[in-house]
Amino acid sequence: MNPVNYLYLAALLFAIGASGVLVRRNAIVVFMCVELMLNACNLALVTFSRMHGNLDGQIVAFFTMVVAAAEVVVGLAIIVSLFRSRHSASVDDASLMKL
Amino acid sequence: MNALAAATTTSTGEAIQFWILGTVAVIGALSTVLLKRAVHSALSLAGTMIVLAVFYLANGAYFLGIVQIVVYTGAIMMLFLFVVMLVGVTAADSLKETIKGQRWLALGCGLGFGILLIAGIGNASLSTFEGLGAANAAHGGNIEGLANLIFTKYVFAFEITGALLITATVGAMVLTHRERTERAKTQREMSEERVRGKHLPPLPAPGVYARHNAVDIPGLLPDGTPSELTVMQTLRRRGQIRDVSQQSLADLKALEQRSGERLGREDADAVARGAQSPSAAENSEAAK
Repeated sequence: MNPVNYLYLAALLFAIGASGVLVRRNAIVVFMCVELMLNACNLALVTFSRMHGNLDGQIVAFFTMVVAAAEVVVGLAIIVSLFRSRHSASVDDASLMKL
Repeated sequence: MNALAAATTTSTGEAIQFWILGTVAVIGALSTVLLKRAVHSALSLAGTMIVLAVFYLANGAYFLGIVQIVVYTGAIMMLFLFVVMLVGVTAADSLKETIKGQRWLALGCGLGFGILLIAGIGNASLSTFEGLGAANAAHGGNIEGLANLIFTKYVFAFEITGALLITATVGAMVLTHRERTERAKTQREMSEERVRGKHLPPLPAPGVYARHNAVDIPGLLPDGTPSELTVMQTLRRRGQIRDVSQQSLADLKALEQRSGERLGREDADAVARGAQSPSAAENSEAAK
């Protein structure tokens, strides 16, 4: 098996996550799909690191993890405060600025 | 994983592991998208992330594999589960489409995107790979190699990441903080309210004089009217109070039906229905 299969898997997971973001309405599940996409990117980065024989890809994956952690904290705080004010976690309900 | 294995293929064991765990990862990802309840989605996503951690380990990224388990499945997914708990476990997605045909369009976009990505990877010339053996061995190991890079080449990115984390922490605190709009009651005020209010003794228990003492059945006042005070405040707010008068009729109906079944009376239902008023019969059916 060639490690390029890991890249195919990463692409598949990324596509699944992307369609999940487009299809789902629950803000938490949308957020989970974003996490899935980030994880797929990380898998691709780690595989590239192995293919090219240097550790830079792993460093970038590490920074992605840190940024993802920060993003999750802020995003979930936004979802919680949105739920407090609107009593719903659906992304369709936050449409105050719609004409 | 050693430098000599730098060729065009990995070991058979890794291939078997990839095909089994890769299937698990794809199934987990699909169920993250497809399952209705947010809790189930979160658990499937946690499974996918654990599989990805195994893949990192197989790819020679030992540090990242462990960090993936500790940070992603340990911290981030638990944070997700906490928020699901706060926002409501039963908050299932609404199945109503706000934009017509949006779901199919989205699925088409996702599929097309996936096909494009996979075709792009297929076209790239990636037939050989180097392996991490030499890179890991250069500084004595994977973690040492990563540390060497982080604290030399990527040191500014690392420092800025620290600032980012601080900002995120402060942001989360600001976003979820709620100011008290009124002053908190002091202990003295609470005791005065209690003594000078209407109810000096503890509140009456539910179901007093009501022939039924379930918590959601209000007790009866001496004149026979139900008193809502006897039911817990939470149940009152949710509107989950049962009516006593209907309850006793439903009990009677159930008793008649059971005794009719025991005695082998086939027309027990008809007898009971004939004996009671239509509203009571309806009510007992609802109770069933």
